[in-house]
Amino acid sequence: MSSTTDYEYQPRTRSGRIANFVDTRAGVSPMVKEFGRKIFPDHWTFMFGEVALYSFVILLLSGTFLAFWFDPTMTSLEYHGSYVPMQGVEMSGAYASTLNISFDIRGGLFLRQLHHWSALMFVMALSVHMLRVFFTGAFRRPRELNWVVGCVLFLLAIVAGFSGYSLPDDVLSGNGLRIADAMLKAIPVVGTYMSMFMFGGEFPGLAIIGRMYIAHVLIIPALILIMIVVHLFMVVVHKHTQYPGPGRTENNVVGFPVGPVYAAKAGGFFFIVFGILALLAGTTTINAIWNYGPYDPSPVQAGSQPDFYMGFPDGALRLMPGSWPFSWEFTIFGWVLPMAILLPLIPIALLFVAMFAYPWIERWVTKDNRVHNVLDRPRNAPFRTAIGAAAVTFYAVQMMAASSDLIATHFHVGLNDVTYWLRAAYFLGPILAFIIARRMCLALQRKDREIVLHGRESGRIQALPHGEFVEVHEPLDEYKRYRLVDFEDYQVQPARANAKGKVTGMEKMRGRLSRWYFEDRVAPVTPQELEAAHGHHDDHEAVGAGSHKAQLDK
Amino acid sequence: MKALSQKRRHPLAVLALLVMALLLTGGLYAVATTTNEAKAETTTYSAQDIEEGQKLFLANCSTCHGLNAEGTEAGPSLIGVGAASVDFQVGTGRMPMQMQGPQAQVKPEQFNEEQTKQLAGYVASLGAGPAIPEDEYLDVTKGDSANGAKVFLANCAMCHNAAGAGGALTRGKYAPSLMGVDEAHIYEAMQTGPQNMPVFNDANITPEEKRDVITYIKALDNNTDPGGFNLGSLGPVSEGLMIWSIGLAVVIGFTVWLTSRSA
Amino acid sequence: MGDHRDGTPQHSGAVVTSDGAAKNQFPDPGLPPHRPRVTDVDPKAAKRAERQVVLLFIISILGSILFFIAYFGIRVDGPIYDVVNTEPTSQLRLQNLLLGLGIALGMFGIGIGVVQWARTLMPDHELVEERHDVRTEEQRAEAQEILTTIYDESGIKRRPLLRNTLIGAAILAPLPFVGLLRDLGPTDLTVLRHTIWDEGIRLVRDPSGTPIKASDVTLGSAFHVVPENLSELGHHDGYLDEKAKAVVLLMRLDPDKVNVSADREDWNVDGIFAYSKVCTHVGCPIALYEQHTHHLLCPCHQSTFDLTNECEVIFGPASRPLPQLPITVDSEGYLVARSDFHEPVGPTYSQRGFAVRDMQGEAN
Repeated sequence: MSSTTDYEYQPRTRSGRIANFVDTRAGVSPMVKEFGRKIFPDHWTFMFGEVALYSFVILLLSGTFLAFWFDPTMTSLEYHGSYVPMQGVEMSGAYASTLNISFDIRGGLFLRQLHHWSALMFVMALSVHMLRVFFTGAFRRPRELNWVVGCVLFLLAIVAGFSGYSLPDDVLSGNGLRIADAMLKAIPVVGTYMSMFMFGGEFPGLAIIGRMYIAHVLIIPALILIMIVVHLFMVVVHKHTQYPGPGRTENNVVGFPVGPVYAAKAGGFFFIVFGILALLAGTTTINAIWNYGPYDPSPVQAGSQPDFYMGFPDGALRLMPGSWPFSWEFTIFGWVLPMAILLPLIPIALLFVAMFAYPWIERWVTKDNRVHNVLDRPRNAPFRTAIGAAAVTFYAVQMMAASSDLIATHFHVGLNDVTYWLRAAYFLGPILAFIIARRMCLALQRKDREIVLHGRESGRIQALPHGEFVEVHEPLDEYKRYRLVDFEDYQVQPARANAKGKVTGMEKMRGRLSRWYFEDRVAPVTPQELEAAHGHHDDHEAVGAGSHKAQLDK
Repeated sequence: MKALSQKRRHPLAVLALLVMALLLTGGLYAVATTTNEAKAETTTYSAQDIEEGQKLFLANCSTCHGLNAEGTEAGPSLIGVGAASVDFQVGTGRMPMQMQGPQAQVKPEQFNEEQTKQLAGYVASLGAGPAIPEDEYLDVTKGDSANGAKVFLANCAMCHNAAGAGGALTRGKYAPSLMGVDEAHIYEAMQTGPQNMPVFNDANITPEEKRDVITYIKALDNNTDPGGFNLGSLGPVSEGLMIWSIGLAVVIGFTVWLTSRSA
Repeated sequence: MGDHRDGTPQHSGAVVTSDGAAKNQFPDPGLPPHRPRVTDVDPKAAKRAERQVVLLFIISILGSILFFIAYFGIRVDGPIYDVVNTEPTSQLRLQNLLLGLGIALGMFGIGIGVVQWARTLMPDHELVEERHDVRTEEQRAEAQEILTTIYDESGIKRRPLLRNTLIGAAILAPLPFVGLLRDLGPTDLTVLRHTIWDEGIRLVRDPSGTPIKASDVTLGSAFHVVPENLSELGHHDGYLDEKAKAVVLLMRLDPDKVNVSADREDWNVDGIFAYSKVCTHVGCPIALYEQHTHHLLCPCHQSTFDLTNECEVIFGPASRPLPQLPITVDSEGYLVARSDFHEPVGPTYSQRGFAVRDMQGEAN
């Protein structure tokens, strides 16, 4: 290739020479060209995915350090470390090494707490990120598959957390595994064998910690990493969504270039997240396993709870009455069906199925298959916001139920009463949340209309010549106004006959759902309406003019 | 310990050892034979104490427990509950109760030490029952916190929480926190089983084991949490609340700052 | 672009939005004018911002130094959680705090500094980038053509036998690895039926292992009990597995207050009852005994069992009463088991029904 050297680019600066060296060997200039000035929109709600990603990186880091000292064995030994109340106590190697990390490795306690706080932060940030994506409609075409990848990540994060929670082999996590064992055994016919396979025989056996360990440090992190790569690759392909506003369309991205602004902010944010977690780990105890003692099947303690992300199945189990009004354990030809365990898990399973399928459900109901790069403000999609609020409430009630005993002691109410109330909330809560959230969205939309039509209340009172007092309203500038009027106004899509001229049952249901979604809605202000409002300034009729009844009558 | 090991070559050491061994065997024998009998009263109550105690009893307790402490519908009989019960119930302020409820609440003591002693003397005079524990069994420097932790985790943690932070029972009852509770009161609670707590008599948990349990509780109580704020030692729930409240708030604060325009 | 929806690829014509009239909407005013920051117009402010960022970076350096001071400077020698010597535990807390603060400052200094740099000194003009479709029609057509070529050249279509045998082989090849999972655990479920309790086995205290006389169990007491032969089992002979099934709670009640069914009349000793401690719901140890209400409560899911009615469920998610261990007294006055439990203990599993049937057959 001597002929090409004549044309070879000769950099002048030192950094240029280094860059050139790398580029001629690795060919990175197309990547720099592609990503160097890629635009990312800037909004605080877009940062939670990053928090999750950074927490994951910190998990990998702190987890690697812990693995240097952690001994994932269930072989029994006698403890002789620094922790006095366990001196001479028989315990598994896993528990003893966790005590050693906490008390005999310098900074080990910090690393343990950093790892555990990062795990909580990881699942929390991931959940908040999912909520943001859901409530703003970011899962719509073309991002449906990335939503599914995100849901898979959510499940993987829960499994990663639970497997890690179990590793120290203390009484608390051991009872957690005990519950997992019973839930497996509840699965009809095959469940018992699944439990025997998982534990290598009867519970607790001698195998589970080693198996959990390999899952926790290799299999699940690898899966999470693959999913994160796929997730980010798709983000690059799709480019980021953006909120509606002046200058922002379906066909552009408005924001800051990766280099230097966005890279500096996102990079700096990694250190900030690290700082937050280090601060938590340095100041706040988490999972004081030395209090719980080594796993032994006999003891148990008040306040036996899983980490928060496992709270919802635990709470579901607590809410189910097992013997009221009859025993929920059925025997069918000798096979026993423990419905007290299975029944409360069914709605949770359905919730997850609905979560995965939601982009397609919404597309089917709205018949909207267009590309959406501009997000909805949650108030402008009252139907979706209400569904989300109902689902969150359903989840939250079960999560609260998992701490029913602590609610009872800390609010000085009866434990049983807490359960009764939460049972009612399990059914009524989501319905109420749906109604309230939808009404709130509609009210906020009306407020937006009011502001667009009459301006903001300035707080200045003016006395008119005839003695009337009015408050001066300041009209919006066109940018602020555009932010409030730029949204789509869906209409009911009644059931229609198919090609054969028949209205199928499915289609009828879709029609009903569509009516349910869009019957109540508030339309954006039109220029004509604004003009009319300016004409009759004190005519408040105009505010409601866009609301549904008027629209439907048209 | 150093001082002790230096003195072990002292001529009197053999004698001291012999005496100790005798005391120990004798003590063990005594424990073995009297486990379920009332312990011999170690605190002596004068006739005047008992008389004063009766006056206090009639004025403050007899409404519920009956004029002769025989019990009424509102309160149990106190015959045979012993001085330990009185010292615990009155000494922690649980008795006299403020009102009927699922269980008696801790509140500032209503009687001073002298009066509590007089009441205890009166109730002890009604029938044999557990006495106020001897100081020997309350001395945490003699206890073994490792054995105490074992016994505590097997017998106490299920209601009082692994860190002694307390927990819920059925229908509004609860097991209280054990932090800051007087050694004698912990001992008496195990001995007498106040409210719905089971009785842990000396046959079940020996006086030495009770001392071990107290040692463990005091070890938890005296030491600060090495990891920092303990969030009430309530386990994963308070940790989850922490991350969803302060954790989330701090993260949101930073994201808002990060994406805001500089002035 | 007055209305951004105009440019959207309309893949479905079915969407109806309110009166569909684009004219009836406000025009997009475009990006708002850029408002300069203080640091853009005032060189003094820019200098000040620079100094702030430098200060933050210095704080980071100090934080990292703090970490090493705490790491090497604080010695945590001695027992942790000692009842008298509380100094080492306090030292550990201090060290943990300073390590955390050091790293936190080290990280915050860099993070906040860089972000502040970006916010105040880097350009804050919002830029616009055009989006492209995820894929263009031409690309798709090209890709399809390539795939067709690959398909044709491979000859899969023309040689079906080749294809079918490959599919068969590919399905079978991973199966050995599924098969290898078989020995993850045994499949003999009869182990779930029995515990190591048997006729004449003494009830001993957990954890001390000492036997219990009937007279030790006074009214209101609760004993946490394991079988005496448990201590013969080593850790590797299934000590925990057996303990997990055999744990028992022992209590004495006033015999007049208890309902005992006819076939269980000789299962208790003068009001001393022994019940399995393993919850019939999901297996947590039921250890919370209320001595006056005679309720047993599970701290995991709050199942409540009534001791006076053979541990029937009165609240919570459990569906079955706790299994009772028949007990009696031996010649020395110690409590012993009359037999094993008459049903499998612990949470329900599908095959439990057959186990119960067989065990009742054995008992008769």
